[in-house]
Amino acid sequence: MLRLQKLTKKYKTGDLALKSIDLEVPDGQVMALIGPSGAGKSTLIRCVNRLVEPTSGSVHLNETEVSSLGQNQLRKARRRMGMIFQEYALVERLSVMENVLSGRLGYVSFWRSYFRKFPQKDIDEAFRLLERVGLDHMADKRADELSGGQRQRVGICRALIQDPELLLIDEPTASLDPKTSRQIMRLICELCKERKLSAIINIHDVLLAQMFAERIVGLQLGEVVYDGPPSNLKAEVLTTIYGEEDWEATIDKVDDDDDTELDTVPLSSDKVE
Amino acid sequence: MPIKQQSDIKIWKRRSGKRQLGIWFGQFIGVAIFVYCWQLVSENTIWMFVADAPRQAVDMMERMVPPKWSYMSNLWRPIWDTITIATLGTLMAVVFAFPIAFLAARNTTPSSVFVRPVALFIIVASRSINSLLWALMLVTILGPGVFAGVLAIGFRSIGFCAKLLYEAIEEIDEAQVEAVTATGASGAQILNYGIVPQILPAFAGISVFRWDINIRESAILGLVGAGGIGLQLSSSIDTVTWTQVSVILLVILVTVVASEWVSAKVRHAII
Repeated sequence: MLRLQKLTKKYKTGDLALKSIDLEVPDGQVMALIGPSGAGKSTLIRCVNRLVEPTSGSVHLNETEVSSLGQNQLRKARRRMGMIFQEYALVERLSVMENVLSGRLGYVSFWRSYFRKFPQKDIDEAFRLLERVGLDHMADKRADELSGGQRQRVGICRALIQDPELLLIDEPTASLDPKTSRQIMRLICELCKERKLSAIINIHDVLLAQMFAERIVGLQLGEVVYDGPPSNLKAEVLTTIYGEEDWEATIDKVDDDDDTELDTVPLSSDKVE
Repeated sequence: MPIKQQSDIKIWKRRSGKRQLGIWFGQFIGVAIFVYCWQLVSENTIWMFVADAPRQAVDMMERMVPPKWSYMSNLWRPIWDTITIATLGTLMAVVFAFPIAFLAARNTTPSSVFVRPVALFIIVASRSINSLLWALMLVTILGPGVFAGVLAIGFRSIGFCAKLLYEAIEEIDEAQVEAVTATGASGAQILNYGIVPQILPAFAGISVFRWDINIRESAILGLVGAGGIGLQLSSSIDTVTWTQVSVILLVILVTVVASEWVSAKVRHAII
């Protein structure tokens, strides 16, 4: 379980990005974090693995208080939190395999990683994951040769090979087309279910959030203004999160059964792009 | 502001009137300085000699032809030395410039208060002294020879390579570094996986470019006794054997063209 207590971030510029956030994410829960640009979504997930240092408050991952760890312990804690990025953030000039294996860097010594001598079981796991996302034939390609959807799958493999307890996902679909976006979101949710991972997904697309997340948290100017199931996301709620707008068209008919659609669209249909 | 309301039309100009006047004034000052300097130079020139220049030039050309091709047999060794000086000097520079660049780049320096200024000082010091001056000093310290030349080229190139490389480091995509950091990688691993792959093309390009420049620079180091073909050049000029000078100049030309061809090929292959 991830527990944030009175988490506050004030940037050097004086911007108060997070105002004393209290939030708990139970094991196995996929939570979507929605809110307008500048609401503090990115800051929040970066405070969890301390890519951004919180100003005050605490972050607990199960029994570990992440927010007070020294550098070495922090590295160990980061291994338990996989991160997936908006623009994929793959190392462009490294191969797909190297990118996936870079998820194991926290586990292997510098020289092993320098000479790319990863343990065989890591390599086996990398192939297994690539096969799971339909990219095993791409292992030797350079990351910058892949399409957007393919790159994000590699990003997912990199996060999963860490064997994490929690996924921190920052706008996974922001640079993808609508169809690929759905496939990627579906893949993430399936993998979370398979591995019983909890996840925080920052996402702009309210409809996607409703389709795939079990719980939605709305952030506005660094404060939680909504926390509840997707079905309660009414027009007036969206107005408090985002401001005045005609929201009726955005709201999903939540009775729709997404699961039937889940199996009909082939997962790796952009393999042959 | 450049937009002016004239009855119901909005007139737009690139600059406001005041600013435009200022720019014209600046240009006028520039022209005035140029005219003044021209006058100074012309006062200090002995125009009689300049009037004589075309005749002198033709005279020198005449003494240069035909090139004394038999002199070539004395030149193979110095050319080899020249290329060696350039190559070893570049190699030495690259080895030192690589770590210095990481110490100097804002995003990788261990301390921007203590380490970065030192690294920047090394870069500036190395760059501010011309290779010929480095060679002059090193020949005094080490005695004449190829070794002094290698060090002179090396010292001059450290700053050049380190400066271009640290600028490349400062321009990397931080998202890739962030992603590697998030896996729990150590500092050295972040460098190896997140940063080095991003700057490798720049690094290769800079090294080859500097090697290309160094071929040209090492060709004249012999003038101060630091080895290479410059030694022959200087002695041929001293003994006014212009037919040898022309052979040497042609040889330098061919070497430089060849090095440029090689570096273009290598750069193309890497990037």
